[in-house]
Amino acid sequence: MITAERKPMEEIIGSVSPYRRILLVGCNECVTVCAAGGRKEVGLLASALKMHFAKEGNPVEIEEVTLERQCDPEYVEELLPRMDQADAVLSMACGCGAQEVARRYKEKPVFPAVNTRFMGASERQGVWAERCAGCGNCVLGITAGVCPIARCSKQLLNGPCGGSTSGKCEVDPDIDCAWQLIWDRLKALGMQERYEDNIPAKDWRTGRGGGPRRIVREDLAS
Amino acid sequence: MKTESTLEKILAAGHLAVTSECGPPRGALPNKVKEKAELLRGCVDGINVTDNQTAMVRMSSLAACIIIQNMGLNPILQMVSRDRNRLAMQSDIIGAYSHGVDTMLCLSGDHPRFGDHPMAANVHDIDSIQMVDMVRNMRDEGKFQGGEKIDGSPKMFIGAAANPFADPFELRVARLAKKVKAGVDFIQTQCIFNVDKFEKWMEGVRERGLHEKVAIMAGITPMKSVGMARYMKNKVPGMDVPDEVVQRMAGVPKEKQSEEGIKICVETIQRLKEVEGVRGFHIMAIEWEQKVPEIVERAGLLPRPVV
Repeated sequence: MITAERKPMEEIIGSVSPYRRILLVGCNECVTVCAAGGRKEVGLLASALKMHFAKEGNPVEIEEVTLERQCDPEYVEELLPRMDQADAVLSMACGCGAQEVARRYKEKPVFPAVNTRFMGASERQGVWAERCAGCGNCVLGITAGVCPIARCSKQLLNGPCGGSTSGKCEVDPDIDCAWQLIWDRLKALGMQERYEDNIPAKDWRTGRGGGPRRIVREDLAS
Repeated sequence: MKTESTLEKILAAGHLAVTSECGPPRGALPNKVKEKAELLRGCVDGINVTDNQTAMVRMSSLAACIIIQNMGLNPILQMVSRDRNRLAMQSDIIGAYSHGVDTMLCLSGDHPRFGDHPMAANVHDIDSIQMVDMVRNMRDEGKFQGGEKIDGSPKMFIGAAANPFADPFELRVARLAKKVKAGVDFIQTQCIFNVDKFEKWMEGVRERGLHEKVAIMAGITPMKSVGMARYMKNKVPGMDVPDEVVQRMAGVPKEKQSEEGIKICVETIQRLKEVEGVRGFHIMAIEWEQKVPEIVERAGLLPRPVV
């Protein structure tokens, strides 16, 4: 999923303080799963903002909506009837969702209420970790199902570097050494000999190296 | 011979090679480079010039290499994959070779987390093994990585690093094998304090015959004080300083600790000379370059052969 974290309150307050009628838009997808911008977080943020501005003697109206998917034009269209009553939109979706709202409603200022972080997975209750860098040419098949691009601090395709200690990365003891994980998996799979295949320099064109990316599916495109 | 590199000639003649390093200054002070390099004249076969070591901005390795080259000494261009993409690397390599720099060391580089620009973006377009392969291809095939022909290919003698002390230990020989496969000519190891462990690694290296395919230079660092020994033991990732080394440093009065550090260093070299497959020494006297001539002399490595 795409993970996100709510921005600090002061920053959110700073961005919306010139506006009196705010449309606060959550998303029912990834940000709901990572508890950053779903219906529940929308409600909490709305209350906090109302309380803050009321205390300042400058009350705001906040309309709460949580879309099924904020990155999808079909659902973003549902905001149309509410836009007339809004001075600004505060989005709790990832950057994709916030941009879709901005693209559709050109006359409304849109502010992000979350920081979009990374593509990751849940490690345990309340902990998410990066798993994929979206390089566009998946290497998991040759790295035993552990991505060194997303999970090695130096994104080494031929690691581990000299900073691997007891399975941990030198950059932070909370980071597992991706190459230790790869090696452990290769051993478990009885595929140790794969380690010595030199992985050649990567073609980054499928990643950000090729500029902003699109997928065009001729069979589906209208 | 693949190159005109003095280091290659020394190794090819069967001599134990000696290299040391010079960290460029944190400013536009060419005389600082000259002063440090001058200390090493006559006692080493090559001078590694570090590339933004510990992820701190310094005078570029290439610029400092040219200064040293113009002094009639043999600089070794260090290049990390942290700061440059493959275009910048290749242009700097042909630029360096155009100035007569014919020896280089390919590294991934310390992570910016450890330097004074932790906010910087990492490049890591390619890794150190891919860099070795790229430079070998530039030299032997006369081609850029993109496949186009180079008009005047750089004949670089290619080095890389190896850390026998990092984890997982069982991969350390295998990773060296990958560097050999990529075409590395020489290796400079991480500083050796745990000689037993290094010898164990070398056993694995010899079992696979890698010592016959690459010249392994043992990394040596003199310790100035027990404080430095403790710091390296506890704070530097991938560094293995055994307790007995720290205790030995702690066992002498403060004013004699630097001499004890030099003694340990000389004894280590003497012991490593006996290890089959050790082809030379890389002495990293961090901000203590003036001690290198004494270490080299006491280790019986002077005079340097003329090749």
